[in-house]
Amino acid sequence: MPTSPSDRGADPVDLAVVGAGPAGLAAAVTAAGLGLRVTVLDAGERPGGQYYRHPAPGLGAARPETLHHGWAAFARREAALRAHESAGRITYLPSHHVWTVVPDGGRWTLHAVAGPEERAAAVRARAVLLATGAHERQLPFPGWTLPGVVGAGGAQAMLKSGLVLPGRRVVVAGSGPLLLAVAGSLAAAGARVPAVVEAASYTGYAGRAPALLRNPGKIGEAATYGGALLRHRVRLLTRHAVTEAHGTGRVEAVTVARLDRDWRPLPGTARRIPCDALAVGHGLVPQLELATGLGCATVRAADGTIALELDARQRTSVPGIWSAGETGGIGGAELALAEGELAARAIAGAAAPAALVRRRARLRAFAAAMGAAHRPGAGWTGWLRDDTEVCRCEEVPAGCVREAVEDLGAGDVRTVKLLTRAGMGWCQGRMCGPAVAALAGEGASSPGGAAPDRRPLSCPVPLRHLAELPATDG
Amino acid sequence: MIIGAGVVGAACAYYAGRAGLTVAVVDRGPVAGGTTGAGEGNLLVSDKGAGAELDLALWSAGLWRELAEVLPERIEYEAKGGLVVAPDETTLKALRTFADGQRAAGVHAVEVGAGELRELEPHLAPGPAGGFHYPQDSQVQPAQAAARLLAASGAEVYLGEEVTGFLLERGAVRGVRTGRRELRAPAVVNAAGTWGGRIAELAGVELPVLPRRGFVLVTEPLPRVVRHKVYAADYIADVASGSAALQSSAVVEGTPSGPVLIGATRERVGFDRSLSVEALRRLAVQAAALFPVLADVRVLRAYHGFRPYLPDHLPAIGADPRVPGLLHACGHEGAGIGLAPATGQLIAAALTCAETPLDPHPFRPDRFGPDRFGPDGSGPDGSGTAATR
Repeated sequence: MPTSPSDRGADPVDLAVVGAGPAGLAAAVTAAGLGLRVTVLDAGERPGGQYYRHPAPGLGAARPETLHHGWAAFARREAALRAHESAGRITYLPSHHVWTVVPDGGRWTLHAVAGPEERAAAVRARAVLLATGAHERQLPFPGWTLPGVVGAGGAQAMLKSGLVLPGRRVVVAGSGPLLLAVAGSLAAAGARVPAVVEAASYTGYAGRAPALLRNPGKIGEAATYGGALLRHRVRLLTRHAVTEAHGTGRVEAVTVARLDRDWRPLPGTARRIPCDALAVGHGLVPQLELATGLGCATVRAADGTIALELDARQRTSVPGIWSAGETGGIGGAELALAEGELAARAIAGAAAPAALVRRRARLRAFAAAMGAAHRPGAGWTGWLRDDTEVCRCEEVPAGCVREAVEDLGAGDVRTVKLLTRAGMGWCQGRMCGPAVAALAGEGASSPGGAAPDRRPLSCPVPLRHLAELPATDG
Repeated sequence: MIIGAGVVGAACAYYAGRAGLTVAVVDRGPVAGGTTGAGEGNLLVSDKGAGAELDLALWSAGLWRELAEVLPERIEYEAKGGLVVAPDETTLKALRTFADGQRAAGVHAVEVGAGELRELEPHLAPGPAGGFHYPQDSQVQPAQAAARLLAASGAEVYLGEEVTGFLLERGAVRGVRTGRRELRAPAVVNAAGTWGGRIAELAGVELPVLPRRGFVLVTEPLPRVVRHKVYAADYIADVASGSAALQSSAVVEGTPSGPVLIGATRERVGFDRSLSVEALRRLAVQAAALFPVLADVRVLRAYHGFRPYLPDHLPAIGADPRVPGLLHACGHEGAGIGLAPATGQLIAAALTCAETPLDPHPFRPDRFGPDRFGPDGSGPDGSGTAATR
């Protein structure tokens, strides 16, 4: 068994970066360029995170950049990472799942589960940057557990890394700009996309024109998607939702219904669309387990998710802990690159270039405008039947959650979990969290601070790792 | 009027309602939002030495059996039995003396030899000298138990409303004030658990409830590898100790839904919500020592709670002679789920001036004088007075 590359007794590094997606990668190479000794711990096998995905080597894909925006920006930073690595300025640790970060005499210790053999690893650092990214927001509906129903982000990932399609006739549904990108990629790769079903109304953008106009690049991006959809004759249905997936053994059709302003399905508007796959997603949710475990303060973002409270220099409310990218509110890869660089400069004590600060502000404003336009309306729970499974890990149906809320006095996710087990399974609520919060009536009226339930272990940890930790005085 | 929608408040509401009283419950959070929701649902007699708390636990054990008949199955009542393991002959001898005292009070305690231990728990590590089986030890799902008791009580419930003060008339309690309204009642029960000291302070009296933090590890779902509630004999000493330092002794048990729960650490660190890696380490070491098979399973979650600790390890139950109209039902430390029904009965009896099968005197809330206990709640020798367990 290989030994841990970073013994606990070793000198702390200047900066530990958790996550090697756009934010973490940008931060690591910037910090190393400014002379800091950096260790990058990433759950993935290769840098790039959820956004920049390499096709599996065996596929012989010659041009991954055709499926990616800004592949050059990534390739440049990946090359810099490798250069810093060979020069000994960056230690890059792939397949390292950090499960907790704990204070350690003015320093920080990061504990990780490493590699397929699940070794224990620990890294000590003077400062920590959390660039843990996001996962997809799923809003359940009857039939969502059928084979053939995949996440929109998951469909995109399958395409980027495996060059495989989820089906031949794929309905794309949910809400957010990702849907257009996914539909475009699927169509370009040869799938029929009978409809893109978007719950929000694009007229929702109208009130936010300034933020959109300051981001011509983003509008160009959207125009590219729009053009691709036109070319492939993809129908865009706004203010509609897939309210049910049908099929035995696999999805065969979906029911699509028109929504009112609050995303309540309108009676009499349902119709069926045959398909053999459904790619569905409602934007992303910041992944905050490590940060909230440390006690970092949170805010409610424009899209309804909970994000970290960060200052202008990417500092969290806990001194010594920094964050960049999706953890501070969903904003995309370009913003994550800018924030990673800003955070690294702040940590190294270097000035922030004015142009970079302006770019971050512009992209944040754009993200907030998009987030507000695609924030789920409270009425979406109207398409959940009492027997619709909400928590897949523990098989908890919506009716059970409703009973806990209406009859037993649960008004928040934690109490629903205690009463129903929703969110107690393998995914620890990543999948069902937003749905349970909506059913519990949480979030609608709480403007900020609604801190997510603390989860001291951010991923499963073999018991023997805990047992083999060095003893300290209690 | 009951302050606190944890299991103790719910039990008080249930039995007060059955005694014919009109009841309301107010809590600043949701149902089971404090220590109840962080508990494992232990209904234990095995860890209590002869004395007032054991009597309360035995009475409660019978009441839980009755409640399991009338409350929905979702409370997951299970008379699984406890198994206390003695690593060596010396501990086993001490355990025998301990069990003799318990038997005199009405506990069923059955000594089991080393071979029988393995029959009861096939995955137990070889080596222990022997142990004791306690068939009366049981389990409920604590949040469900509290929520179902509260729903069955018929009480009016005000959740998400924090009590900000007492309504007083000529020195007597006449209700409470919340952020939203005044709730009038001739009697108010402080069932605020670990936060009971603050409620007492609002009423102008001192009740030295302190938080005693505990961590629990939750594994991935497993087939039934642990059948009873199994713990090492040193757990009993930890429970009875008054020390503020971290103490840990593994209590291992399976649950109907699959995960194995591993408790229990004890430390007095105020309301510190940060993760103690050392606490997790000790739990893991001790659990793997009892059940080697657990070393290779994954821990999915760890959580903590704050037990309401009173310096003599006994809860405060009954009327407070210092403030007419004020009653207390808090400070049950780690045994609140188990002791809740009997506590509810004692409170209902106090409210209706009824007789009880148990002398409530040891639980009187005014037993702590400022002269007897220091400001940190510890006894004169700094260690607390733990001998009564």
